[in-house]
Amino acid sequence: MNEETRAPLVATDQRTQRPVRADHLLIAEMVAPGSRVLDVGCGDGALLELLISQKDVDGRGVEISRDNVNACVARGLSVIQGDADQDLSGYPDKAFDYAILSLTIQATRQPKVVLENLLRIGHRAIVSFPNFGHWKIRAALLFTGRMPRTPNLPETWFDSQDSHLCTIKDFSDLVALLNAEVQDAVAFNSRGQRLAIKNSLSLQNLLGEKAVFLLSPREKS
Amino acid sequence: MAASGTSIDPSLRHATAADAALRQVSEPDSLVIRFPASEPLRLDSGRDIAPLTIAYKTYGELNACKSNAILICHALTGDQHVASKHPVTGKGGWWETLVGPGKPVDTNRFYVICANILGGCMGSTGPASLNPATGRPYGVEFPVITVGDMVNAQARLLDHLGIEQLFSVIGGSMGGMQVLQWCARYKDRVFTAMPIATAPWHTAQNIAFHEVGRQAVMADPDWQGGAYYGTEARPSRGLAVARMAAHITYLSEKALQDKFGRGLQNRDAHSFSFDADFKIESYLRHQGSTFVDRFDANSYLYITRAMDYFDLEAEYGKLANAFTGTKTQFCVVSFTSDWLYPTRDNKEIVKALNGVAANVSFVEIESDKGHDAFLLDEAIFFDTVRGFLNAAAKKRGIA
Repeated sequence: MNEETRAPLVATDQRTQRPVRADHLLIAEMVAPGSRVLDVGCGDGALLELLISQKDVDGRGVEISRDNVNACVARGLSVIQGDADQDLSGYPDKAFDYAILSLTIQATRQPKVVLENLLRIGHRAIVSFPNFGHWKIRAALLFTGRMPRTPNLPETWFDSQDSHLCTIKDFSDLVALLNAEVQDAVAFNSRGQRLAIKNSLSLQNLLGEKAVFLLSPREKS
Repeated sequence: MAASGTSIDPSLRHATAADAALRQVSEPDSLVIRFPASEPLRLDSGRDIAPLTIAYKTYGELNACKSNAILICHALTGDQHVASKHPVTGKGGWWETLVGPGKPVDTNRFYVICANILGGCMGSTGPASLNPATGRPYGVEFPVITVGDMVNAQARLLDHLGIEQLFSVIGGSMGGMQVLQWCARYKDRVFTAMPIATAPWHTAQNIAFHEVGRQAVMADPDWQGGAYYGTEARPSRGLAVARMAAHITYLSEKALQDKFGRGLQNRDAHSFSFDADFKIESYLRHQGSTFVDRFDANSYLYITRAMDYFDLEAEYGKLANAFTGTKTQFCVVSFTSDWLYPTRDNKEIVKALNGVAANVSFVEIESDKGHDAFLLDEAIFFDTVRGFLNAAAKKRGIA
């Protein structure tokens, strides 16, 4: 592994003065400047703001939390109060260059349907998710016999919104099932150091705390 | 005490106030533009209205490139006095918490226009205006109008003011319907739009409530087939009942219960009569009687009819078709406890806009105040309006 790939991903959000999430920086690298972007589960709009300021995108968001939506709109972001499970079906095909789902797929009721919709709405889909195959989680389950709680997944099983946690391998299987093409895939560890997944899926599934996939629907022949 | 319903009878006080209101029909305390008989307004029904008068108010200054104009569309019983004292009631503007210097719709930056709708009774042509064919007030000779007609009349006003494109069109309830109609009919003339607490069509329940109101007016013998102008009597009892029924739909059950409960009005025990024992009765009677002081019963009939006819989906085949090719930036707002135009209806608008990949924000504001919440002091709603307009103003290059 060369020095470049081992460099930690760090940057500071201009507005909040908080560190930018590593997966957001990776996503921002994948997005072409000036493109049309839909961020599904956009939270407080941090990624949208990053993409607008760094990549000059035409960005839209969907967010389930009313407070988050209000905050986004009050900051001038185009965000809809809605739900990845219910509100994606209304969007036309290929309405966006990128449909993004950052750390949200595990909280959806029907991840497969959501991902199908992303691949339909966007020319490309970008998905980041916490990797349940990470060694700390495996170890926690093996040695404690209880649902793992990590800094990454801090909630108890009964409080957590994450109903569909998966590993990098699981997600890759879903991508294959949906006949989508992996354009890029990056896993990174707790220090924000990236690991290139394509080289060894098993290793990245063990060492990657989170992953980001850039997908495109395979054109039907 | 004998059974009575006297508190909503028209009194001398009402007659004086009603006269003051009637004066606003011909001599409104606002700006007026009169289009001569040679420039009729073609209505959706195919009939013409001429001459056409539009009474309007403006706030703030129009900038040199005329890019900072905001049109506020008023609701059923609103008027052009959005941010200034009402000439009949003496009360402050109906949206003065939202519109004014330093307010979310900041008149230090924006040029705000609010016109009395076609069919209204505050100076724009309506059923109380003189019918040129007879020399008497129109009454029920007035043609049935639509929300689309209201918007076409407003477009005439903007032509007159030389405003090619509005920076924003904002309105709640029926005002929101006008906003949607603006965006459908005049796509290039609207930079941003805020339809608030509204719906893309009137539902059966919406029509049902309006029909109750209209029947109350028409059942009042003083309505006289709509030809009460110039007579001693006015259908004040019928209109008051219409207002009372409608007012219930503007509030949530919780708001009513919290504010009034089963509380008694100025008494310790039931009077065993039909007097206004309960606080809620007294409140509704008050709402009814103050409303008739300022509003014309025939206008109420015509405007409610226009709302009932409103159905953008029927007009365009499919709701999304109404917005095809739109470049307008939308911000749709609903309120959780609004059961008159609930979130569900507002989301239909959002769905249709998503269907044509329009630029749309949608905010559901948590409020227990019902439909009327859009007129009240709701901090999160204000933040939304301010943030949305400020961000768009930056894009539009408005200082």
